[in-house]
Parts: sequence; C-alpha cells; structure tokens
Amino acid sequence: MTIDVNQFHGVFFDESDEHLQDMEQLLMTLDVDAPDPEELNSIFRAAHSIKGGSGIFGFDALMNLTHVMENLLDKARNQEIQVTAAIVDIFLQTLDVLKDTLTAYKEQTELPQDQIDASIKILEETLARASGQTADDLQENVQKGTTAVSDDIEGFGFFDDDEGEAQAAISETKSEEIEGFGFFDDEDEPSQSEPQAEKTSNEATVDEGFGFYAPETLPVKPDVEQAAQSVPKQPIVKPVKPKPKAAPKEAASIRVDTTKIDAMVNLVGELVITQSMLSNVGQEVEGQIGERLQLAIDELQRNTREIQESVMSMRMLPVNMTFNRFPRVVRDLSSKLGKKVDLVIQGGNTEIDKSLIEKLVDPLTHLVRNSIDHGVESPEKRLASGKSENGTVILSAEQKGSSIIIGIIDDGAGLNKERILEKAMQNGLPVSPDMPDSEVWQLIFQAGFSTAAEVTDVSGRGVGMDVVRRNIESIGGRIEIESSQGEGSAFYIHLPLTLAIVDGMCVSVGDQIFVIPLLNVIESFQPTKSQVKTLGNDKVLWIRDQYWPLVSLTQLMQVDNGVTEPTKGIVVLLESSKKRYGVLVDSLVGQQQVVIKSLEQHYKKVAGIAGATIMGDGKVAMILDADSVAANCIKIPNEEVSL
Amino acid sequence: MSEAALQQAVSASRENEFLSFVLGEEHYALDITTVKEIRGYEQVTKIANAPSFIKGVINLRGDIVPIVDLRIKFNVGEATYNDFTIVIMLNVHDRIVGIVVDGVSDVIRLSEEDMLPPPEFGVAFDSKYLHGLADVDEHMVILVNIESLITSNELGLVETKTQVVEG
Repeated sequence: MTIDVNQFHGVFFDESDEHLQDMEQLLMTLDVDAPDPEELNSIFRAAHSIKGGSGIFGFDALMNLTHVMENLLDKARNQEIQVTAAIVDIFLQTLDVLKDTLTAYKEQTELPQDQIDASIKILEETLARASGQTADDLQENVQKGTTAVSDDIEGFGFFDDDEGEAQAAISETKSEEIEGFGFFDDEDEPSQSEPQAEKTSNEATVDEGFGFYAPETLPVKPDVEQAAQSVPKQPIVKPVKPKPKAAPKEAASIRVDTTKIDAMVNLVGELVITQSMLSNVGQEVEGQIGERLQLAIDELQRNTREIQESVMSMRMLPVNMTFNRFPRVVRDLSSKLGKKVDLVIQGGNTEIDKSLIEKLVDPLTHLVRNSIDHGVESPEKRLASGKSENGTVILSAEQKGSSIIIGIIDDGAGLNKERILEKAMQNGLPVSPDMPDSEVWQLIFQAGFSTAAEVTDVSGRGVGMDVVRRNIESIGGRIEIESSQGEGSAFYIHLPLTLAIVDGMCVSVGDQIFVIPLLNVIESFQPTKSQVKTLGNDKVLWIRDQYWPLVSLTQLMQVDNGVTEPTKGIVVLLESSKKRYGVLVDSLVGQQQVVIKSLEQHYKKVAGIAGATIMGDGKVAMILDADSVAANCIKIPNEEVSL
Repeated sequence: MSEAALQQAVSASRENEFLSFVLGEEHYALDITTVKEIRGYEQVTKIANAPSFIKGVINLRGDIVPIVDLRIKFNVGEATYNDFTIVIMLNVHDRIVGIVVDGVSDVIRLSEEDMLPPPEFGVAFDSKYLHGLADVDEHMVILVNIESLITSNELGLVETKTQVVEG
C-alpha cells in the first residue's frame, strides 16, 4: 500500500500555484457589497483543494493555514458573515503567506512559521469576531455530534486531531463516491459537518480507499446516526457543483514537462532545416522524377510549417498569465500611496512564448509601480489640474506582425523633461536642453537614474529602469517611451513572438550569409551617389530627410571580398532601441524563418551577433544583433551629422 | 571533477588510451575519452573579431561548434586545408570544440610508468597543458592535457568570469 507520493509533489505545487492565483484573482474582482456566491464558492474550492493536497503530502503548515482560511470562507459563502474589504485584505495577506509557505516547501527551505502562526491567529480572531453567535451554536452542535472532543475550546482546530470524528462521517458516506462529500454544501448547519467531511476526504485519499475504514467505523456508528439526524432535510445524494465543473477542464488539457516541449521545438527546428536542405536538392533533379519530387517537397514544406506552428503554439500562453497579477499590485500600491488608480487590461488574450511570460514579470511590475508612484498624481492634484480623481493605468498587449507590443500607459503627469535633464547633468551625462524628447526619455534607463523627489520603498532608488531595459533586451525586445507633460506617459515593450525562431532577412556579404531580424528592418534600397556623404572616415546616408549612420558589414564582420562602395551594394535601414542606422551589404538573398541557435553553448558571445542559424545548405549563418551593432559600432554624435 | 578523479583512479590500476595525431612533424596524443568523433575539414563560417587560430564555426548536426586550428595557434607545420585535413571533435565539460590536425595516427595504450615528465622547453605547448611525454615505436609522443588547453584563457574559447563582468 505504500506509494511514493513524492513523485506527485511537482504537480501539487503547480496546481496549488494555480489555485492561489485563481483565489487572488477572484478576491480582487469580488464585489464586497454584493458578493457573488458562485465566486465565493470557487475561492472556497481552491482553498479546499490546497488543503486536501497538502494533507496528502503531509505539508502540515500549509494544511493548517488553509484549514482555518477555509472555515472563514465557508462562513462567507453561506452568508453567515458579511464579507468586508477588511476580510478580503486578510484573505489576500493569507494568500501571500500561503505563497511563501508553498515556496518554502517547494525549495525545501525553512518555513515562515511566524507568519503562518500570525495568519492563523488573525483568521481565527476574525472568525470568532465575525461569526460571534454562530460560533457558539457551532460549539453546541459539535458537542451534540460527538462527545469525544468536548474538551477542545478552539472551535475548528480540533478536527485536525480527531480521527474518530472523521471516521464517523465516513461510515455514512462510504457507499458514495469520494466526491460525494460535497453534498454538505447547502445544508443548514454546514459548520458542523463540513469540516468533518473534508477531513475525512483527506484521510481517505491518503490511505487510498474506503475499504480500510469500514471495520473501524462500526464502533462509532451511534455518533454517525446522530450526525445524520442533525441534517434531516438533506438528501443523501445531491448533484455536486464543484466537481462536474472541474472535470471537463481536466480532460481538455494535460500537464507536460516544459523540457519535453523544448526538446520538441528543437527537433522541429532541425526538421525545418532538413526540409530546406531537401528543397535545395530537389531543385537540382530534372525531368519527370524532378517534378514529382518537387510536388512531394512542396507537400512536406506545408506540413513542416504546420507542425512548426502547432509546436510553437504549445509554448504560447496568454499574456493574462502575467497581467493577472497586476490588479493586486495596483490595489496594494495605490492604497499605500493614497492614490486612486483604475487598472484597465486590454488584449490579455494575446499569446506569447512561455519563456517570455516568465521574464516579463519583473520589468512589467517595475513599470507599473513606476506609473503609479511617479506617473499618476495624488487625487487632490488631479482634481486641481482638471482631471478625474481616479487615475488610469492601461496594460495592453497586441500582436503586430511577428512581434508583440506590450504597453503600460498612464494618464498621469508625464515625464518631467527638465528634471531628467537636470539629473543627467548632475550625473555627468552629455546632454543638452535642445535634445529631442525621445532621447531625453532614454536617459532614464541609465544606471542610478531616478528623478523621484523622495526615495520611497516603492521606488526612487534609481535601481530599476536600467535593469528593466536590460531584462527586456535579454529577451530580444526593446522599449520605447512616449510622454507628454501633464497628459501621461506610455511605455511600449516590443517583443519577438518567440525566442526560438525569428523572421529574418538573409543578406549576402562576400561569401557569407547574414540574417537580419525582420523586426529591426525598415527598408532596403540601393543608394544613389548623391545620398551618400562622407564624414571623415565615416559614411552617412541622406534619406527620409534624415542623416543615417552607415555601417559596412564587410568591415564590421571582417568578411573578405565584400562590397565597400555603398552605391554598388544594398543598404538595409535598421531600427534598434538605441539608434537608427543603415547597414551596407552586397545583396539581398531572401526572407525566411530561421531557427536561432546559441553561439554561447560551445563558444562565447560575439559582439554584434545575436546567435547563429543553419541555412538550407547546412552552412552556418550569423544572425545580426541590431542593438549590439548600434552600441558597438556607431559613435557619430548627432550634432556632427546635422552640420 | 569526479571524472578526473575517476580517470586518476583508473590510471593508477591500468592503462589509459590516447588518440595520437600529427601536427606538422610532431606527434601528439590526447585522452581518447574526450574525443567525440573524427571528421574531415569542411568549410567554416567565420566569426568576426576572433583570433586567427579560431577558424570559425560549423554545424555539427544542429550544434554550432567552433573550430580551432592548433597549427596556427602553436605555430607548428603549415596551416593548409585539403581533403586529408582532419578535425577531431572533442567534448570537454559539455562543450564541443573541433581541432584541426594534419592527421590522426593511432590509438595507443599507456600506463602511468610509460609517461615521462614534460620538458620545460622545446615543445610548442606550454608545459601546463601537457601530461607528459611517452616513447611509442621510437617516436616521441607529446601527451596533451586537452581539457586544460581547451578551457584555458589562452584559447579564449570559454568566456571567463571576468570577461562576463566586463562585457
């Protein structure tokens, strides 16, 4: 009968994380004045599931805490206590403690026992205070139901230690399915029998089956009958709400280890390469066989693309996974700062690669906190400047071509240009008052740069925006700022759809092929003589009423026999988060999706190169990193250009 | 490294196998357990701003693997590339590196007693990259400590911690 339950720990942790997230979300949306019973039920069920699981695995601290929480929730959903904002706050705090506890179990570190005890105490106090009269009734009922535990005054806590009680309940329900315990849901005195039932369900699961209980339940039979009498109105079998609802969801999805999906993504990458190798060979075959081969290859190409798309979509998750935490962040922070902020989430269903989701959390949290702390003004100030009392922060996501744009937009005061410039001068940065706005905004990404008048524990220490930018660049994205004084500011994060495959423009330089991510490409053209100007040793381009620095890939990548005369080659105009510039290449080869391969795995990072890829002929091509090229290679100051 | 410890334990009791190869006119050998495969030289993709002995990278069944020409690095023989040029693919600390050699000769078995201490001079390799010397069929064979060579700063194949901080 001994089964190693440790193998299920991972699943339990994942599920509990989800339950906690669900609870938090539901609590956030809960209307305190008219709580939706179904929502309260959902919260209760989530707490109950965690309790059940933690009981099975022997995570006692987690179980005890969820147990008390569940009792309070149970009262709430039966409308025995009025849910108030204060109680919601207590629940939210408890969720935080639960999260910490769960993490502690997961990482096998020390449990936050103090916090757990404190939370249990607060919950119990709330329970006692809120239920008041009800608690006394409960006590009576409990004593009626069983005489064995009459010495325990704590109310609910005693169920944990009382085996007899649990067994009493089970003898009644053993003929039912295990889920049958839910039938206590709507009875008149749920406070009495419910905890018993749930406790039993835990134990039953631990011991894998009811048969085990059967002989033991006999001695306590009288108690059971008594208990049954106390709920006479209740039909024994009643459709159980929670379970049927959860079941279809479980059937519709399965949990797969992400490493398995990653391995599959890699294999599909190989398949894409092999397929294009095959098409290269196929073109060389002539005659009737060649035609048939070509048909087959076309079919293969279509299938490969479909496989690739569906495999990639397995890794895609809605951005809501990240966005959903923000109602809580905004609520906590705005009440802390005495501001009124409404959060609007748009396009939460936009899908994005799972690895990006995880890495987005920190930068997004930072930006949202920033918007509330620095962007949105205090209610008085807002009213004084003719705005509505409530500030608005919009979190939006949308897909544009092969990139995702995530926006953090507030209707606050906007960035203060003077203060940024002042601070930049203090920090010894080369700035001038007539810099274009877009360049001024970029200054806030410098390390140690904060213009908050005071350092609060929310922000102002100037460690942040530079980290935000670094984080975003590390996942292949870039960040842009738009701001206007008094009207608000907007941060836009441009991200690739996925990290594994990039849409690229293949260009040839000498005997080598380079891939330029399409995300960065503005346009390409063959420059005329009059468009090319020489500035010392450097060349610049005059196009679109602007001077563009020109980088020769031949020189930059030290390729032999590449074109160095701009009028003989092709210029590709690029846009990176730092600069716009043109790169000179020999010719354009074509546009295709390439699988990004790491150079660092067996070698090391190379300046100007984001990674490598394998082309259809099996050769390796380098993928250009537009940001790194801009940072390393372009030193022409703007003033000189505009001369 | 448990692997190194294991190797030492093994070498104390019995013989080790080495793969011998030729650079110019000299005979070298390296621990055969680090060898992943041997293949012919193929066209590489150059890497910008890399030292001349790093020829570039190739696609080894989906992995992007750097190719190092030890002949250039240690100035032995002539760096010519023809149909007979050999690349030994090594697997050191989960990193794959290819080294270009003039030819692969044999697998030799050596016990601890067969190994002589490395000379202080007269070999292109710094003695810290050597295990020692051995006499095989009246040839002097130089036993290369390929693990320390590949991970050395001198080759610059592996990003060292200080470089990471600076970069």
